[in-house]
Formats: sequence, structure tokens, C-alpha cells
Amino acid sequence: MSDLPKPEDLAKVKHLPPIWKGWMRTPVEIRSGIYCYGSKPANLEYVGMPNPREWSPVDEDWKLPDNWKQIFLDGLRERLEKFRSLKIFMDICVRCGACADKCHFFIGSGDPRNMPVLRAELLRSIYRKEYTTAGKILGRFAGAREMTYQVLKELWYYFFQCTECRRCSLFCPYGIDTAEITILGRELLNLLGLNTDWISAPVANCYRTGNHLGIQPHAYKDMIDFFVDDIEEITGVRLNPSFNRKGAEILFITPSGDVFADPGTYTCMGYLMLFHYLENLGLDLTWSTFASEGGNFGYFTSHEMAKRLNAKMYAEAKRLGVKWILGGECGHMWRVINQYMDTFNGPADFLEEPVSPITGTKFENAKTTKMVHITEFTADLIKQNKLKLDPSRNDNLVVTFHDSCNPARGMGLLEEPRYIIKNTCNHFYEMPDTTIREQTFCCGSGAGLNAGENMELRMRGGLPRANAVKYVHEKYGVNMMACICAIDRAALPTLMEYWVPEVGITGVHELVGNALILEGEKERKTDLRGEPLPGMEEEEEEENV
Amino acid sequence: MPTVEFEGHTFNVDEDGFIDDFNNWNEAWVRHVKQTEGIEELTDEHWKVIKVLQDYYKKNGIAPMVRILSKVTGYKLKYIYELFPSGPGKGACKMAGLPKPTGCV
Repeated sequence: MSDLPKPEDLAKVKHLPPIWKGWMRTPVEIRSGIYCYGSKPANLEYVGMPNPREWSPVDEDWKLPDNWKQIFLDGLRERLEKFRSLKIFMDICVRCGACADKCHFFIGSGDPRNMPVLRAELLRSIYRKEYTTAGKILGRFAGAREMTYQVLKELWYYFFQCTECRRCSLFCPYGIDTAEITILGRELLNLLGLNTDWISAPVANCYRTGNHLGIQPHAYKDMIDFFVDDIEEITGVRLNPSFNRKGAEILFITPSGDVFADPGTYTCMGYLMLFHYLENLGLDLTWSTFASEGGNFGYFTSHEMAKRLNAKMYAEAKRLGVKWILGGECGHMWRVINQYMDTFNGPADFLEEPVSPITGTKFENAKTTKMVHITEFTADLIKQNKLKLDPSRNDNLVVTFHDSCNPARGMGLLEEPRYIIKNTCNHFYEMPDTTIREQTFCCGSGAGLNAGENMELRMRGGLPRANAVKYVHEKYGVNMMACICAIDRAALPTLMEYWVPEVGITGVHELVGNALILEGEKERKTDLRGEPLPGMEEEEEEENV
Repeated sequence: MPTVEFEGHTFNVDEDGFIDDFNNWNEAWVRHVKQTEGIEELTDEHWKVIKVLQDYYKKNGIAPMVRILSKVTGYKLKYIYELFPSGPGKGACKMAGLPKPTGCV
């Protein structure tokens, strides 16, 4: 692993145009701290992906098949025919540069190839050479270039420096979705076995056990049981969640990070407490140890792989005979559900249009997918006055909200999480307008970039987000940032520790769990993390003596 | 795949120095990681953490979440960092011969 520079050094980013021979003549240098390790052969073999072998991105020889160029170009042609969007995005960019300074990786690195326009141009130049008359005849003068080994390495390096967050596309006057170019670029690279292991390992795990971490059913139940014990210690109330229960009305699916990694585990406790609270009001819900993953790292690999991993959601809903699916706080999972699931593995006509069993609210936006986001579900409960909440239990927290990219830009989920936070916390402050809602800045680690070896890239990419957090920390004393994505919950604590160490990270349903008054609970002394509640600090100390 | 020679044993390791397969773990590996991690002396407390990790892994095929490790050993996270300066994942799991967890973690 590379040595991470100090924040004060990393913050000195140069955005001046480099003295260049032109980007096409400047070879790429794959630098430690920026790239992720290559995929391991076993993980590619497991799902039948091409060219499994030991390789390293810094090796001269990437051990590609002899006809790698043909495979790549055939793959490109096939996708241009299949996806009209790709063809349009290749043709219509006028290189106006409106996207250039909108990318968190360009802001944090100053690397010109991280301007979305240039990242897309890396592929577009090959498209021009192969498929446009001007490019074929005029070559470089028409922005076209040959596909070479060096070019391939450049594509790999930069398509794995994009988190597919889509902030750039918000500012494109033509509506070019640069993330979709990255998605298809990665798909082409996967034809040659050029994935990262941080992506291909979760893909293989998920295919084998139903979740990215490779948690087997008995271990999954064991983890949830651990939370049930902890909740009993804190509240005195014993929960009894059910697993794989046929005939339940609702199936709940959340990212496996929530059952394994802090601080997501506290969010998971929040879900459990909410479901328990609602049991008496008519909630009939089951967890699944098979559809035990909301996220989909297949989506960072290829459409085909995303579809294969996504299939378990409907398959499990069908097997259990539920009416609809409730989904947890996850990021890209919702992009896949909203934009792809219905056509990937639907129509799910064996499910019913989701209706809240407690309030009777119809979730019309989920009419075709049959899958509701938990913040919509909970916000509705609060709005209909169904939850007894004590926000003062969160009074130690001064909270801001990070709009996780995919729920914000991929499905317009902006108000519901805020509504929940405002009803469960007394101190809430927004970050500046240009860094939230549709314009939210990425955590810098999405789309499978949340590994350990590319820490410099992650800290650079997260700089704009961290900068906005620093602002509200200094102005309002913000000490906690809420989010609704498991990659956020895994990646942001590291980002905060590096740039704004005074600020912690929480999921929205952790705040719900703290505020929710369960029937028959004892007087709570601590929050879900075991930290003393406001006013209980002294009692805690006495107990520790 | 790179290899490590130590006390007459050969270990295959990944880029971050994790052993390739739990079945190839032995006590020489622990002494090797002790050196690379800069741990001065291996105490019973180190061994307790290693044993808890390995028992859980044998049963579940995955490392325990940090909160379980903490509860079963009775050591707070801060203390685990004192024992293993690189932390429970990169330090303790590596020493115990467990693979790195991946995904949204």
C-alpha cells in the first residue's frame, strides 16, 4: 500500500493547464495510491468472466489474448448498435467544458483526464477512428486515434477513477450521461478480464452466497442475533425478527455492509427496532438470508453481471410469496432497481403494488418495480403520526445530510431523508446549496472504488464533500453527517478522519432507532453505539468506576 | 503471486501481504506478521484475538464484525488497535490468516 500524503500537502491541487504535447501524445503513468489491484483469477472464474489470470496493473504485460484489440472493437461496435444512448453520447459532445470543473476527481486531483469531457474523449477518440469518416481520414486532426496497448491502459486507469456519480451529467447542456460512458467502458474492459479485485471479489461472493461479503445464512442470522442482544441490553426490549418466512407480506433487502461494518451496523439496529415497533400495528415482514444484499457490484462490471446478481431479489420475493419488497439505505442498489430491474428481471407481475400496511399509503412511484425505499416508508409513518419519537435523545448530535449520489440523482429522493432527520433530531444544518440535493458531491469511493490501496484517489475525490462538511462544522458545530448509502457509511468515516476528524457518520435509521420509543422499554442510558445519552454522562461514569 | 520465505516456510501472499489460503497458516506466519507489523512482543492477548478470529472464521467462513470481536474478547476497539497497530482487519486478520473483507465495508 502506498504512503498517503498529509492532508495539507494533498490539498495543494494545481488546476492550471499543464505544459503539454497534447493529451494524446502524453502517455499515461499508472501511479500507486490511485489504482486498485487487478482481479484475481478465482473470482473471474467463479462467474465465468473472460481471461482469468494473475496480473497486476503496473506490469508491462497484462496477459491479454492475442486478439484483444479485435475483442475490444467488436465489443464497442456491438454496444453502439445495442445502446442508442452510447452512440448519441459519442456523437454529440461539442467539448464545451461545462462538465470539466464539476467532477470531484478533477477538483481533487487537477488531472486533466479526470475532466468528464476528457475521460469520455478517451473512448470517443477510438470511436471516431473506427466509425466516423472524418476520423478515418483526418485522424488526430479530427480527434481520432488508434486503439493501442497504451490507450487500453489509459482507458482502464481512468474508467476506474470515476464513481459513476453523474454530477457532471447534471451540468451537460446536451444531457450526456458520462457515467454511462464509464459503465460501458468498464464493460468493454471486462471482455478482456480487466476488472479490479475490489469489484470482482464481491461479485463472486454475491453470486455464491447472495451477498458481497460472502456471509452464509447461519452467519447472517448470527449477526442479526448479535444486534438483537445489543438492543435488548440498551432498551430492555427483546426483538424477534424472522428469516426466509414464507407468506410474509413484505420482504426486506438491505446492503450486507449494514450487517457487518460499522457504522452501518447501527443503522441495521435502527431497521430492526422500527420493524419491531410496527409489528403491533400490522407489519408482517421477513428478512432473507438468500437475497441478503441490496448492492450490486455487478453493475460496476457489466449489464449482464448486474442482471444476474439482481435476479435474486425477485426470485426470493416469488419463492416466499410476499406482496412487495422494502429496500434499505443503499446507494447504487436504487439506481439498478429504478432504472434496470423491471426490464432486467421483470415484470414482477406476481407482486402487488406496494401499500403501507400501517398507513394505507400507496407508493405509486414503485408501481412497476414493487420495491419501496425505507426512507419513503418511514417518512410516511412520521407524517401520519404513527411513530412515538423522542428527538432529544439525539441532542448530542449536530447533524448535516449528505445526499448519496444514486438516490439523489438516480431517483430524486431528496425530501424524505431530511424529513426523517428533522423529526428525529433537534439540530440539523444543511451544507451549501451547490453541494447537496441534485448537486451533491460524491463520497469519492463509489462504483467499487472503496478499496484500501487507492486511498490517495479516494481522499482526493472526497475533498469537495469534505470541504463542505468542514464549512458546516466550523459554522454550526456539525459533528455528525447522515447518509443513506452503505458505501458512504463505509467510506465517509475514513474521509472525515482524514479531512474533518471532528465529524462522524451515521445512517438515517440509526437516528430513528435512537429516537423511537419502544413499548415497554426501560429508561435508556446510552444511544445505539453505547455512548451516553444527553444528561446521562455522569451516570455512565459512575457505572464505569 | 508474490511469496514470502520465513523460518523455512514459503507463503503465497497477495498485494497487501495477506496469506492466500487460511489452510496454509501456521505459527511461523504469526511471527512473520509480527515483524512486518512492528509488534514488539506477542502476548496472550494477541493470541486470544487470533484464536477468536480463527474460531469464528472456521465456523462462518468470514471474519467476525468488529463489534463481535470486541464483545467476545472483551477488548475495546481502541485496545485492539494497541495490540495490532494496523487495526483488526489489516493487522489482526492478516496475522490470523483470514482474507480481507470486501464490498461496502
